[in-house]
Amino acid sequence: MKLQTATRLGLYAVLELARDPARTLSSADLAESFGVSTHSLAKVLRTLSAAGLVQGGRGASGGYRFTGNRRRITLMDIVALFEPAPGSRAAEPGEETEIGAALQRVLTEIDEIAEATLRSVSLETMLRRPT
Amino acid sequence: MVAIRPAQAPDLAAISALDARLTGSDKPHYWQEMLGPDRHFLVAETAKGGLAGFIAGEVRAWEFGQPAAGWVFAIQVDPKTRLKGVGSALFEALAERFKQQGVTRVRTLVDRKDHLILSFFRAQGMVAGPSLQLDKELP
Repeated sequence: MKLQTATRLGLYAVLELARDPARTLSSADLAESFGVSTHSLAKVLRTLSAAGLVQGGRGASGGYRFTGNRRRITLMDIVALFEPAPGSRAAEPGEETEIGAALQRVLTEIDEIAEATLRSVSLETMLRRPT
Repeated sequence: MVAIRPAQAPDLAAISALDARLTGSDKPHYWQEMLGPDRHFLVAETAKGGLAGFIAGEVRAWEFGQPAAGWVFAIQVDPKTRLKGVGSALFEALAERFKQQGVTRVRTLVDRKDHLILSFFRAQGMVAGPSLQLDKELP
């Protein structure tokens, strides 16, 4: 499964911060640990902040900390902030044909399994048993 | 804290009632069969002797071509006692019995839309297994 870069960065940032909710890390700290640009991470952190998952980030030295509930928040909650919602995409050409509809049923099956998986893994589960 | 012990015939009414309340389907005969000799059927009991939850499972070999594994058929926890580790205690007690029977793998099937139970099994360290379940509506 391919995730957009922002989604991946969002997951990295939330998981890193959720490892220790008392700890504050700047976007530069986070960017460095994952080898990505501070600019791309800053945008992601703003989205996470607006969603109430992290807090902070004022000024150059401003750091972020995790403010969510590790047991309640799942990977899907973060993915949903960055990826288009299932079912919200525009219909592709050919989808209204018999073959197009048959193909769509298979793709929907795959999406449902992926969503069930992401929804079942809480941050707590991820951080307790890193794979 | 709860105590885990094997289910007995007098527990069936409470088990059946808890399950019916949570699933909406009453199936007393199914729970009666879970008392069979090859099955592990455990209850979690509160300090006052009430039913906090139950779990049922069995070691089965070569189901769907797979070597022996401990199957978890059902688990329910009274919503009043949730988030207190009752489900984990039941799961661990069942896993221990499976291990005593010599299996090293535990397996279950979960409704993919039931995020609560999916998350519970994930939190126990379970991941997607080797099989995919397939269904067909018969005409």
